[in-house]
Amino acid sequence: MKKEIPLLITFIAGMVMILQFFIPHRPFSDLQQLFNTWFLIITVFAMILGLGNLFKVHTKRLQRRPKGWWYSIVLLAGFAVMFTVGMVWGPARGTPFDYLFWNVHIPMSSMMFALLAFFVASASYRAFRARTPEATLLLVSAILVMIGRVPLGNYIWDKLPLIGDWIMSYPNMAGQRAIMIGIALGIVSTSLRIILGIERTYLSGK
Amino acid sequence: MILMLMVGINVEAFDTPNESSKILSSSELPAPPTEVLVKDKPNDAGGSIIVTWGKSADDVEENELVKEYRVFRSGALDGEFELIGTANKGFEKFVDGTTIDGTQYYYMVKASDGVVHSQSAVSEAVSSSAQWFHTDRISMLVATAIICFLILWFIGKAKKGEELYIRPIAGLEAVDDAVGRATEMGKPIMYIPGIADMDDIQTIASVIILGRVARKAAQYETPLLVPCCRSIVMSAAQETVKEAYISAGRSDAYDADKIMYLTDDQFGYAAGVDGMMLREKPGAIFYMGCFYAESLILAETGHSTGAIQIAGTAMPSQLPFFITACDYTLIGEELFAASAYLSREPLLLGSLKGQDMGKAIIIAILIGGVIMVSLGFTKIIALLATG
Repeated sequence: MKKEIPLLITFIAGMVMILQFFIPHRPFSDLQQLFNTWFLIITVFAMILGLGNLFKVHTKRLQRRPKGWWYSIVLLAGFAVMFTVGMVWGPARGTPFDYLFWNVHIPMSSMMFALLAFFVASASYRAFRARTPEATLLLVSAILVMIGRVPLGNYIWDKLPLIGDWIMSYPNMAGQRAIMIGIALGIVSTSLRIILGIERTYLSGK
Repeated sequence: MILMLMVGINVEAFDTPNESSKILSSSELPAPPTEVLVKDKPNDAGGSIIVTWGKSADDVEENELVKEYRVFRSGALDGEFELIGTANKGFEKFVDGTTIDGTQYYYMVKASDGVVHSQSAVSEAVSSSAQWFHTDRISMLVATAIICFLILWFIGKAKKGEELYIRPIAGLEAVDDAVGRATEMGKPIMYIPGIADMDDIQTIASVIILGRVARKAAQYETPLLVPCCRSIVMSAAQETVKEAYISAGRSDAYDADKIMYLTDDQFGYAAGVDGMMLREKPGAIFYMGCFYAESLILAETGHSTGAIQIAGTAMPSQLPFFITACDYTLIGEELFAASAYLSREPLLLGSLKGQDMGKAIIIAILIGGVIMVSLGFTKIIALLATG
């Protein structure tokens, strides 16, 4: 029964979601929203699990003192500060919580995002080394698209932006759509395996 | 009243008494909308009626006689009409989503410049209703039925013991090597299940693959680290890894703390995982699931640690980043094929074969469609379109 009940729930939920896609009549039309609401409720409760796990893992790290254990102090201190100011003053505009969110959290997130520019540069350097015919093709297409999308491209040759647009609209779009079709088929296949209980890895595969 | 008659405007053209005072500044009445047609909104759960009309002859760019259309509704032909909504100049359609199924309604549309209005004739009676089948999705239903039939057909063949050939997928062939390499180096394996929640099919596929990787890690006694971005994913991953360790006979080696929650924040998660990579120096890193802008931040950091990296995602925009920074990349459908491929179980391989046959049919339809449209048989487009 430990395996049969989850499989039955999965089958019923999966079939209902397929039916609601083709049947607009109530109650089917309301089911997706209902399931989303249930999911949100579960997510809120799972958040408690997540926070508990975070607290447990980093408390243990402080006790065991592995390499880099002091980062756990920063994490727990940040957690405690945000939790305290949030509980005491609330999250409204102008509160200390709001101040810390906009002046500590957001700048740090932006900094991580900004790092992407440097990673793109280093990854491009490796990808664009023309060692194979495919890499050479990639290099040439990338140069045409990049130069075609900046004013300089138009100054060099007024057809460059058109070539860049053609690469994006035809070879690139065709490739992307082929991938999307494959993904859609993969999703159907995976969903069917799970709904029919053929895929049971999450239940130890038996 | 005489003044009003002089400028040719009907008293009924005013919605509110205050507007009558503004009439003095207006000299022209806009031409009324024509042909007000009403119908029940198709393929819905009821409660909606579509109102369409022909534009007023004065609804042109050059003049301001028509600024909007006002849609009125009444429960009786000679009853009082109430304003239910407006549509901007140039529009010819309004969806009334406030009807009660089975109740008859009459509609009338007024062209308005904001001050004076000219009204159309009253429409025929109409009522809304709910439908039991979405007729715009017939082609999708047929396609789904064919693909499901093919998958089930090949699963049936696999059940009978028939040998099925599955094309080799380099990224999946390398999974064993990656786990083995991490074991030989005495380093942990890191598995990153993406940043989406469990309601994303990519995350579900990722957790399934995690089960396969965890079983191998348990067999080789290699530590497995799974930093999660969502609490539910963490719970699902813990259960999956635990089951994998139990089925590998190594339940004693299972450590729930190795499958940890970091944060829901996208870049906070990227920072946390990057830090773990640099401290733990894993021998193999798996990126399986849904990724956004953090994909390259993670993959480049992983590359800098010298780990063997295998990625898989169905996000086309992130694939180039993974292909650049990782040793192997599962492109789109290969992510969903991974579990079946790794398990080599006939039933799962049967579903893969069905998936491939579905792809062959779609390729045939694409080629046939291109030829037919090129020859002028454009009806094929409407036949295959979905709503």
